[in-house]
Amino acid sequence: ANFRHVDEEFFENLEEALIESDVGFEMAVSISDQLREEVKLQNAKSKQDVTNVIIEKMVDLYEQQGKDEHTEINFAKSGPTIILFVGVNGVGKTTTIGKMAAMYQKQGKKVLLAAADTFRAGAIQQLQVWGKRDNVPVVAGPEKSDPAAVVFDAVSKAKKENYDVLFVDTAGRLQNKVNLMNELEKMKRIISREIPDAPHEVLLVLDSTTGQNALSQAKLFKESTDVTGIVLTKLDGTARGGIVLAIRNELHLPVKYVGLGEQVDDLQAFDASEFVYGLFKGLVEPTK
Amino acid sequence: MAFEGLTQRLQDTMAKLRRKPKVTEADLNETMRDIRLALLEADVNFKVVKDFVKQVRTRAAGAEVLKGLNPAQQIVKIVNEELTKMMGEEAVDLNKSEKIPTIIMMAGLQGAGKTTTAGKLALKLKNDQNARPMFIAADIYRPAAIDQLEQVAESIDVPVFQLGTDVDPVEIVRQGLEQARDQHNDYVIIDTAGRLQIDEKLMDELANIKKLADPDEILLVVDAMTGQNAVETAQGFNDKLDITGVVLTKLDGDTRGGAALSIRAVTGKPIKFVGQGEKMDDLDVFHPDRMASRILGMGDMLTLIEKA
Ligand SMILES: Nc1nc2c(ncn2[C@@H]2O[C@H](COP(=O)(O)OP(=O)(O)OP(=O)(O)O)[C@@H](O)[C@H]2O)c(=O)[nH]1
Ligand SMILES: Nc1nc2c(ncn2[C@@H]2O[C@H](COP(=O)(O)OP(=O)(O)OP(=O)(O)O)[C@@H](O)[C@H]2O)c(=O)[nH]1
Ligand SMILES: [Mg+2]
Ligand SMILES: [Mg+2]
Repeated sequence: ANFRHVDEEFFENLEEALIESDVGFEMAVSISDQLREEVKLQNAKSKQDVTNVIIEKMVDLYEQQGKDEHTEINFAKSGPTIILFVGVNGVGKTTTIGKMAAMYQKQGKKVLLAAADTFRAGAIQQLQVWGKRDNVPVVAGPEKSDPAAVVFDAVSKAKKENYDVLFVDTAGRLQNKVNLMNELEKMKRIISREIPDAPHEVLLVLDSTTGQNALSQAKLFKESTDVTGIVLTKLDGTARGGIVLAIRNELHLPVKYVGLGEQVDDLQAFDASEFVYGLFKGLVEPTK
Repeated sequence: MAFEGLTQRLQDTMAKLRRKPKVTEADLNETMRDIRLALLEADVNFKVVKDFVKQVRTRAAGAEVLKGLNPAQQIVKIVNEELTKMMGEEAVDLNKSEKIPTIIMMAGLQGAGKTTTAGKLALKLKNDQNARPMFIAADIYRPAAIDQLEQVAESIDVPVFQLGTDVDPVEIVRQGLEQARDQHNDYVIIDTAGRLQIDEKLMDELANIKKLADPDEILLVVDAMTGQNAVETAQGFNDKLDITGVVLTKLDGDTRGGAALSIRAVTGKPIKFVGQGEKMDDLDVFHPDRMASRILGMGDMLTLIEKA
């Protein structure tokens, strides 16, 4: 039978699904307008056709914005690769480092962690637990000490002892806190001073339950630390993280990894079409 | 930012209305559209927005123009009143048990701010009531969760009951409560691990802790930056635990915090406190009127009424 209900109601549902996925109102309207056009243009009639057109177009829209971007992790040509983690409080920075460190360790790389969150209670111990799990060393300083000093020590150690990858864990901070953002900039400056083309990645960790504020997070972290990519965490929950579409559109930041749980293996490279299906949950089904 | 654009638009619409003696159907539609947009941009759940706008519209359409207020002022006033009403009445205090200890259980998604808020509440109880609270460390999953709670506790000089990470949380709570009774602590705050509301096993664990401890207060801790999903989270926890209150954290950021309205609308449970920073004294009682203005992004509503 023909899929007769590719009518107004279908597109209204589509728009609502997008809003519910935190894509944002304006973006949701603009996307569903484009999808409506595309479905008409391609003369899609069966439900399967419509689904295909929609998913293709969405992935297309996502990828258009990222023609010149690296979705892979950028490695140093020689010497240690430094990956700096930034983001607001509680999004999953430390956990993601634990997961990524394990991944590289398994690939045979020599991995080092820097506990540059000297502020939050238990933060150093938390990273140390991950270090033990992953079997990688952790550079740490005293609690409440200057995080920039920890960063300096870790970079020196990474250079001297020929580490392949150094992950720098920083304290969560809200993007509107100027002093804390300056502190972060300082850490980044120290890294660049020690290794001119470092940090090779500055990963902004975003919690997929976050709504429109994630756009402000991306903007302000990008301004102060020149973010190179996003890790979208907690996608194992019911939130869909649609705001990364708006971030992609406005700031051209690619999502590099997604977090799917609290365990070490719960990390995956970002897959645009899987992500897009997630946005429309139940409304359109993946092609088998 | 997008917010400012919307606020501006709402203000422009209001300015247009100001000069009119009477609000037409079209005026009302335009205003309602702007309000709908502003609320969506503030992350209020879209179903909640729909209901809200309908309510305001009905009231606005039927309203007699009050003496001394022009139509624009009138609409702002209605919106503000309805928002505040929906947000709950004035600040609601912590529940207190007839006999000690009063038991408070923290619950919520991962990273929402449970452990930090547990610390803030204990300090507040100490300061306000000279209380002798005790923590129970019932998060055996997150790496170094117990270290974190112990450091928080030490900074405010509150004891922690813990049995490491190899004992079942329900058993930890059982033994912890025993000790609290022996040592006559007047408050017990149970720190639980973050979990997804769809994680049946871990939600059952919370239900079992509740059954055993019969808490006087079950506080759902929610990140103020949460988007549309706040509704699902709040519903999930409330269905399972029948929560008694909500704490909204990280309001020191630049989020509009529309999640507050969503949670309130779907659970009907009071928001009792707001977290305004990482330090132990960054906890405030919740003010519905301030939250209403914040969500609408209008600054002080009353000033706006004057300007309109
Ligand atoms: N369900 C789920 N939980 C996660 C994920 N990533 C992290 N978490 C949990 O989220 C909570 C916070 O994670 P952290 O890694 O401590 O976050 P953070 O950004 O380092 O936090 P701060 O350093 O306090 O700013 C922990 O309970 C983690 O186990 C994920 O992908 N899915
Ligand atoms: N800026 C700000 N940060 C906060 C606030 N409340 C908590 N935090 C921070 O948010 C992060 C997570 O807080 P936790 O107390 O560890 O959260 P949790 O819910 O116990 O996390 P899990 O146990 O992993 O589920 C930490 O970095 C806290 O310092 C707040 O009101 N404002
Ligand atoms: Mg951390
Ligand atoms: Mg905790």
